Amino acid sequence: MRGMACVLAILIVAAAAAPAMAKGAPPPGPDAQVFALDARSGQSDGNPLTMRRWSPYAVGIGIGVLCWLTFLLSDKTLGCSTAFARSAGMIERLLRGSKVDGKPYYQQFKPVVDWEWMLVIGLLAGAVASSLLSGEFLFHWVPPLWAAKAGIDPVVRWLVALLGGICMGFGARWAGGCTSGHGISGTLQLAVSGWLAAVGFFVGGIVTAVLIFQVILG
Amino acid sequence: MLTTLHSRKGTQLLLGLGMGFAFGFLLQKAGVTTYDVIINQLLLKDFTVVKVMLSAMVTGMIGVHVLRSLGVAQHHIKPGSAGSTIPGALIFGIGFGTLGYCPGTVVGAVGQGALDALFGGVVGALIGAATFAALYPRLKSRILNKGYFGELTFPQLLQVNPWVVVIPVSLAVIGLLYWLEISGI
Repeated sequence: MRGMACVLAILIVAAAAAPAMAKGAPPPGPDAQVFALDARSGQSDGNPLTMRRWSPYAVGIGIGVLCWLTFLLSDKTLGCSTAFARSAGMIERLLRGSKVDGKPYYQQFKPVVDWEWMLVIGLLAGAVASSLLSGEFLFHWVPPLWAAKAGIDPVVRWLVALLGGICMGFGARWAGGCTSGHGISGTLQLAVSGWLAAVGFFVGGIVTAVLIFQVILG
Repeated sequence: MLTTLHSRKGTQLLLGLGMGFAFGFLLQKAGVTTYDVIINQLLLKDFTVVKVMLSAMVTGMIGVHVLRSLGVAQHHIKPGSAGSTIPGALIFGIGFGTLGYCPGTVVGAVGQGALDALFGGVVGALIGAATFAALYPRLKSRILNKGYFGELTFPQLLQVNPWVVVIPVSLAVIGLLYWLEISGI
């Protein structure tokens, strides 16, 4: 029950913050244009750091080389969703104290800062740097594709995103990994769990996206 | 294996941060931290996500198997079971299709200013993880260990040298990517 109370508390804080942020956010209409980029459009100065898009193959090879380094230098694999479990534990501990450490799940995934947690913080910083360099950084609530089909109301988009986030976070822990941990790191090691999970992620994702965009909003 | 380096905690946290920076930078440059790109992949209209993932997978697979053959890296296989991997992945997929980001790209999306990713995606994923932690003891005894197959790889399953799988899988993926390009997808 305490777990549920904690979940509720996070929800209330988010609910309180969201509309306040929504008022401050720019209207998504014209901003949508900024994000409606052609995938291959780059800046003309030829500096790769300020280009908006790199070839998906260049990026993929870069991530592949990064995987070599995680194995060689850190004896780790790229993954993101465990950091969410640890962070959830840290937040629960703030709200409920050290009793949280007794939970079986948090004994397995201790609510501490580890290599992967730092990886996720670095990921955030890397995306900030990349989008600032290309001039793509922009605070916005409603992605253009969603706005075109479902309207520009930020509260609707926020609620749908929250629901999707809950489902994704829950499913990632159930499956023991996400699109990085299973989808890249698992598949590259030829792990049965990785390939099975990757197929499941895309089957679930494709069915859901088609249902939302072509049936419900279609 | 660089065991001395692996055991230096502070250095490792910094390495994690640096590698994360590179990961986030690359993901953002590919456009896969953008909702529209991910949803258009799931609607099978834009194959950027698949191109990034498959080229990362092939590059990583060949290199990591070389490192293993040289004795400087070891596998980290996640254990799996029918009861955890399959339903978990499908639930994840439903969330992935609804949110339009995954746990890595949602953080990258926050980094380029997406507030739906921060207040919806990240907050939601934390709630989802906390809910799973709360239900874990019950789920574990009832479903998670059903059909357990453990830390299994395809070369182990087929009882062959890993390269017997690495080479044909790499060729097949490169062929698939080539086909995607020539058919203009």
